[in-house]
Amino acid sequence: MRRSVKYLLFTVAILAIFLLLPLHAHYIQRHSGDEIKLQMTKLQRLHVTDLCLATEARYTRHLALADRHAPFQEHPLALEHFPSGSMILPNLLTRDTP
Amino acid sequence: MNQALERHLNILDFTLASLLRRRAKNLSLLAIYLLVVFMLASLAFFVTALKKEATIILSGAPDMIVQRLMAGRQDLVPADYAVEIAKIRGVTAVRPRLWGYYYDALNGANYTIMASEDPAVVPGSATIGAGVAKARNLAVGDLLPLISYDKSPVMLEINSIYPHGADLAAADLIVISPDDFHQLFNFPGGQATDLAVTVRNPKEMSTVAAKIAGTFPDSRPILKSEIQRTYQSIFDWRGGMTLILLTSALISFIIFAWDKATGLSADERKEIGILKSIGWETSDVLLLKFWEGLVISLTAFLLGVVLAYGHVFLLSAPLFAQALKGWSVIYPRFQLVPVVDAYQLSVLFFLTVVPYTTATIIPCWRAATIDPDAAMRY
Repeated sequence: MRRSVKYLLFTVAILAIFLLLPLHAHYIQRHSGDEIKLQMTKLQRLHVTDLCLATEARYTRHLALADRHAPFQEHPLALEHFPSGSMILPNLLTRDTP
Repeated sequence: MNQALERHLNILDFTLASLLRRRAKNLSLLAIYLLVVFMLASLAFFVTALKKEATIILSGAPDMIVQRLMAGRQDLVPADYAVEIAKIRGVTAVRPRLWGYYYDALNGANYTIMASEDPAVVPGSATIGAGVAKARNLAVGDLLPLISYDKSPVMLEINSIYPHGADLAAADLIVISPDDFHQLFNFPGGQATDLAVTVRNPKEMSTVAAKIAGTFPDSRPILKSEIQRTYQSIFDWRGGMTLILLTSALISFIIFAWDKATGLSADERKEIGILKSIGWETSDVLLLKFWEGLVISLTAFLLGVVLAYGHVFLLSAPLFAQALKGWSVIYPRFQLVPVVDAYQLSVLFFLTVVPYTTATIIPCWRAATIDPDAAMRY
C-alpha cells in the first residue's frame, strides 16, 4: 500500500475518534450512574457551598467562605499553600459588603 | 478529478518520504507539538468539565450564607441572629449550619465534618466521603473513632460511603448527627457555624444582604452568585499555574514559528532547487510544503486532543493531580463527566494548526520563486 494511503487511513482513523468524542461525552452525560445522581441530590440537600479540590487548608477547602485575609494564617512564612492557592483568581467583590 | 487526487497522493508520498529522511528532527518536532496540544487540550477539557460540575453541585448551595466576624476572623453565629434575619421581608427560611474541620493526627488529613438533620443520619452513625474511607481504610459497618475536644473518644458507625463520583463535593466529608457534632467539638448550644438563608426573589438578594449587614454590622453575607463566581474564576487564564502553562505553550509556538519563518535550511533550499530544475512548478513545491506542515500539525492536533480526552476523562487527569495535590492528604479522584466544548477546540485548532502550516509555506514560497540554479548554489 502506498505511504500516502497509509497516512490518510491513519488520519481518517484519528479523525473518526476525534469526531466521536462529543458523542461519547453526550452518552456518558446521559448515562452517568443513577447512584451518583442520588448521592449528589443528597449532597445538595446538605447545602454544600464548595468543591473539594484541595483539603490542606481552610481557605483552599472552602474557597468561597474563606476569610479575606486567608493566607498568612498557618505560620508567618506561609504566604499560601502552593500550588492549590495559585489555581484561582481572587474574586473581586462587586457588592458593598461589610 | 482522479488526476487531481493522484497529484495530491504523489505529492503526499513525496512529503512523507521527505519527512522520514529527516526522521529524528521531524519526530522530535511532532513530539513537542503533540505535547503542547495535549497540555492545552487537557487543561481546556479539565477546566470546562470542572466548571460544569461546579455549576451542578453549587446549584444546591444556599441563596446566601451569613457568617459572623470577630476580630477579623469567622466566629460562631448566635441563634438569635437567625430569628432576626427570618423577620426580614423576602427571607423564606434561615437554617443554622453546623460544620467544622477535624484534623486527624493519625494520617495528617483534614476532614470536613457537617451535621445533618437527615433522619437517616442517626446519632452514633456517619456517612463518609470516599477519600476518608480510603485514608482510614473503612467500609460500611466499620467504626470510625474520633477524639472529641474534651479528649473523649467518639465512635461512629459508617452507614454509607459516598461513591467516587461524588468526590468533587464529598471526598473529605463526614456527615454526622447534630448531637454527635456538639459532642465531638464541645460545640456550645444555641450557636451555629453560619446561617443558610433562603430568599424568595433572587432579585432581592442584594437588598436582603444589605439589610442583614445593616442589622448585624459584624455579619458577612455571601451570596450564591458570589460562591458560583468563585468557581467560575477557577483556573482563570490569569491564574498562576494556568498562566505558566499557557506561557510555555505560547513560547513553544513562537519558537516553532520563528524556526519556520526565518527560512529554510540549505538542504531544503537545495531540494527545492532540484525539484524545480526537474520540472516541478512553484505551485507543486508550495503544495509539498503545505502537506508537510499539515502532516505534522494535523497529526499533532488530532492525536493531542484524543490523548488529552483520555487523560482527563478516562484516567482522571493524573498529570494535573500531581500539581493539584500539593499538601493535601485527602485528594479527590477527578471522575469528571466529559464535556467537549466545540468553541475551545476550534480556538485550539486555529492557534496551532493554522499558524504552523502558514509559517511553513511563507519561506518556501520565497525560495520557490527564485531561479532553480540560484537555489541549488545557495
